Amino acid sequence: MSEPTSDVAHDVVIAGAGIVGAACADECARRGLRVAVIERDIVGSGATAAGMGHIVVMDDSDAQFALTRYSQRLWQDLRPQLPDDVEYEQCGTIWVAADEEEMAEVWRKHDCYKKRGVPTEILDAQTLKRLEPNLRDGMAGGLLVPEDGVLYPPCAARFLLERAQQRGAELHLGASVAEIGEGHVRLTDGSEIRAEVIVNAGGASAPELTLGIEIKKRKGHLVITDRYPGFLRHQLVELGYLKSAHSLRSDSVAFNVQPRRTGQILIGSSRQYGAEHTEVDNDVLARMLRRAQEYMPGLATMSTLRVWTGFRAATPDKLPLIGPWPQDKSVFLATGHEGLGITTSLGTAKILVDLITGAKPEIPAEPYLPSRATKECTHA
Amino acid sequence: MPSQVTLTVNGLTLSVPAGATVAVAVAMAGQACRISTGGEPRGPLCGMGICFECRATINGNAHCRSCQILCEPGMEVTTDE
Repeated sequence: MSEPTSDVAHDVVIAGAGIVGAACADECARRGLRVAVIERDIVGSGATAAGMGHIVVMDDSDAQFALTRYSQRLWQDLRPQLPDDVEYEQCGTIWVAADEEEMAEVWRKHDCYKKRGVPTEILDAQTLKRLEPNLRDGMAGGLLVPEDGVLYPPCAARFLLERAQQRGAELHLGASVAEIGEGHVRLTDGSEIRAEVIVNAGGASAPELTLGIEIKKRKGHLVITDRYPGFLRHQLVELGYLKSAHSLRSDSVAFNVQPRRTGQILIGSSRQYGAEHTEVDNDVLARMLRRAQEYMPGLATMSTLRVWTGFRAATPDKLPLIGPWPQDKSVFLATGHEGLGITTSLGTAKILVDLITGAKPEIPAEPYLPSRATKECTHA
Repeated sequence: MPSQVTLTVNGLTLSVPAGATVAVAVAMAGQACRISTGGEPRGPLCGMGICFECRATINGNAHCRSCQILCEPGMEVTTDE
């Protein structure tokens, strides 16, 4: 690598200004680190803008639970400071059980959350119908997680980055990173920035800068409707989601809808590996909407405004990569958040900066360390 | 086919010539089809189903393009939603 052309020495340079990069910049700046962020497009333009924006606790694994709950608490603390356009609504999630088998999962989930101090409420069929009258008849019940919420991610990312800038962070928009490593960031225009630590927060594009990261693009579709205030009150997720979201099939759909403050309804979800093009896949879209209509028949007559796609950064074990990259001591990773990056961005930022500065993270960082992924790589 | 069709717009009963669109009935009732998020009254601009400015709730279905739908006997139209 050539000699640095930049005179400015940074403690940390972050590649990528999605919500994860923005949160990391905010946390770096808060702790007095000299930080710069490089973003080839605009703030929050990748998966951050494409995703739904839920602030949820998930219990697929102990480590996923720990990070989502830690992060949800951080969002709750931040909430009074969030500007109105972030549209944070603590609408709660209802996990919808279609049959008695899924009702057993409601009880399991309830026990699991209860043990860990997360309030939940078991809903029988009548209560579920009262809370969400537009669900079809015949549902077995559900689990309400009242502390879950939704927000509008691009504005949340912008808020975090602007706060970082107020604390001295630099933002370089429209600059593409060509290469990172050994304390240098080289941009595609040939210029270089020096830094003690370089954070790869490139989301699904992170492997382009750090070869050997095990991240795959997992494509998703979303639909947004016109305004139908009152039609939907909570985020709804089918419990069958647990089967479909983790199936080894290349593509799956699940019922997941969110009420937005505007009265619009965000309809998901789909998951596809190996689909790298951004075009809407009409077969997948049709399956996704059919699934949604099976749960909420009233969606069928609604007017929709837009359909779009995005790419989740998926790791083999469904946990993000947070911490030092074993192959280069100047490189840290903050990527691989799959469908939970909005929630886990704040926890990621805390843990990352703890690891950079040598502080002890508030929750154990081991499950997220990139070194665990490289160990798996050697067996792959 | 009767020459007049009777329907309600915001609870007001009125008769319109058969073949009139809902947008016409809303205009005859002296109403705006909807109020924009900025608080402005809106009505049929293009009259051909493209601009979506004439949306109204027809028989409980929100966001119907009133310029594209013919009045039917007993239809219940509500605006400002």
